[in-house]
Amino acid sequence: MIKLLRSPLMVLVTAVLILGCGKNKQSITLAGSTAFQPFAEKLAEQYMAANPGASITVQGGGSAVGIQSALSGAAQIGMADLVNLPPEARELNATIVARDGIAVVINPANKVKDLTLDQLRDIFNGKIKNWKAVGGADKDITVVSREAGSGTRTSFEEIVTGIDLSGNALIQDSNGTIRETVANDAGAIGYLSHGLLNEKIKAVLLDGQECTTEKIMAQKYKLVRPIFLLTKAQPGAEVQSVIDYILSAEGQQTIQQNGLIPAK
Amino acid sequence: MPVNSEKIMQQLLLAVAFSALSALLLIAVFIISQGLPFIFRYGLGEFLFSSQWNPQAGKFGIFPMVVSTLWVTLGAMAIGAPLGVAGAVFLTEFVPRTVMRIIKPAIELLAGIPSVVYGFIGVMVLAPLIRDHLGGPGLSLLAGSIILGIMILPTIISISIDSIMAVPKSYREGSLALGATVWQTVRMVTLPAARSGIAASIILAMGRAIGETMAVIMVTGNSVKIPGSALEPVRTLTANIALEMGYATGMHRQALFATGVVLFVVIMILNFSASYVMRQRKARR
Repeated sequence: MIKLLRSPLMVLVTAVLILGCGKNKQSITLAGSTAFQPFAEKLAEQYMAANPGASITVQGGGSAVGIQSALSGAAQIGMADLVNLPPEARELNATIVARDGIAVVINPANKVKDLTLDQLRDIFNGKIKNWKAVGGADKDITVVSREAGSGTRTSFEEIVTGIDLSGNALIQDSNGTIRETVANDAGAIGYLSHGLLNEKIKAVLLDGQECTTEKIMAQKYKLVRPIFLLTKAQPGAEVQSVIDYILSAEGQQTIQQNGLIPAK
Repeated sequence: MPVNSEKIMQQLLLAVAFSALSALLLIAVFIISQGLPFIFRYGLGEFLFSSQWNPQAGKFGIFPMVVSTLWVTLGAMAIGAPLGVAGAVFLTEFVPRTVMRIIKPAIELLAGIPSVVYGFIGVMVLAPLIRDHLGGPGLSLLAGSIILGIMILPTIISISIDSIMAVPKSYREGSLALGATVWQTVRMVTLPAARSGIAASIILAMGRAIGETMAVIMVTGNSVKIPGSALEPVRTLTANIALEMGYATGMHRQALFATGVVLFVVIMILNFSASYVMRQRKARR
């Protein structure tokens, strides 16, 4: 359905490009990770302002789409936010352009402050069912997770390891709805991108480490996933210059200002 | 000249009518061509009756979702049908026509409210109420049933009103002349005479309840398991497709299309039975 919706749009965009400006513009498409999409859009805007000849299109679709479209050539650059890239992505050039912490969040009314990775695993496995077992009040734990295939969920499960998600877990389809659910339920626990923390929810310390930019850059906080840009073996000069721009001091600053952790 | 323009208009309308039909046909062919190969490869029995849904591990069993869909729909019918039919009876038999002419369009407006809004109210108001007073996580089978029960009211009420109004006036007059009260007339004459129309309204509402996605995703919690009580979270077939479509590739994607085939078949059966019931009514008169 997305394809069907997109194609008339593409026709329109192409028509505008052909009719609007006779000289041929270089056109580069970025597609994939919805976590990185807003940053990519911002970076593309800045790049286009600096290079009036370039035209960059940014599309979402999720990490799986990013890998597939880089492989098929539908996009020159694929975006993926996974801890380990799947085997089919091995033939692609992968560049880490940013990092994103995954914060474990609970309701502010919950007095639990610190969890270990082992406790986290048992909570998501459904072995620990009551907050009492981890130093909280005598209250049932409501586990909130993302849907199968989500980049955030895949990364979370790969870092914590050994999670066989409890059948009782609520499944929410975005970082935003996870935040709402946890903010509304005093017994809930969930995880989301560190850039989306706010005062309605509370991030717990993980093995004593706080989820902050400093701790993540010092590699103390464990729940971190890289954000990859994927290209085919030999990217063209224009594609390379876009990636170089994102890795440049200016690009990395944009990433940091907007809540992600720079790669360098 | 006028004859000519009439012909052109006729051809135009014919083309428009067939475009709707061909759109439906295209959708059916597309879903089935995408979903059927998967069903043949994976096995219909395993697909329909296995409880394991773990796309990453290559396990595609939709049984918990089939059961959940049926429970949510039944729950919605249990709430929506009595309320809707009672509302229709009240509006046609117990209030003046002018009042009905104000209330009926208002009820039909309920159908125009986007389903995210129902979902949002469900998450913000209903789920906390259920969690605080009945227990469980709040986002549950019960919350889904209540929200859907309200969403199907306009369908049931407006079609039921139409079929109750279609009962000839002489039936009621005869009954009242024999000394029956208004309520006795409604119960023994009007409702039995309008029965098939009311049944059709309920079946159509059931189709809407099964197909609803957005509000259901928001209020049911989406856990993949067979619910043990009404307070537990469930995932319906439509929610499954919408939740995972964005990430699905390969087998997983085909499995979601196959889920669509199952839904398509269920909704077809419902629609055919609705039109069969409607035809029965016309044939009898």
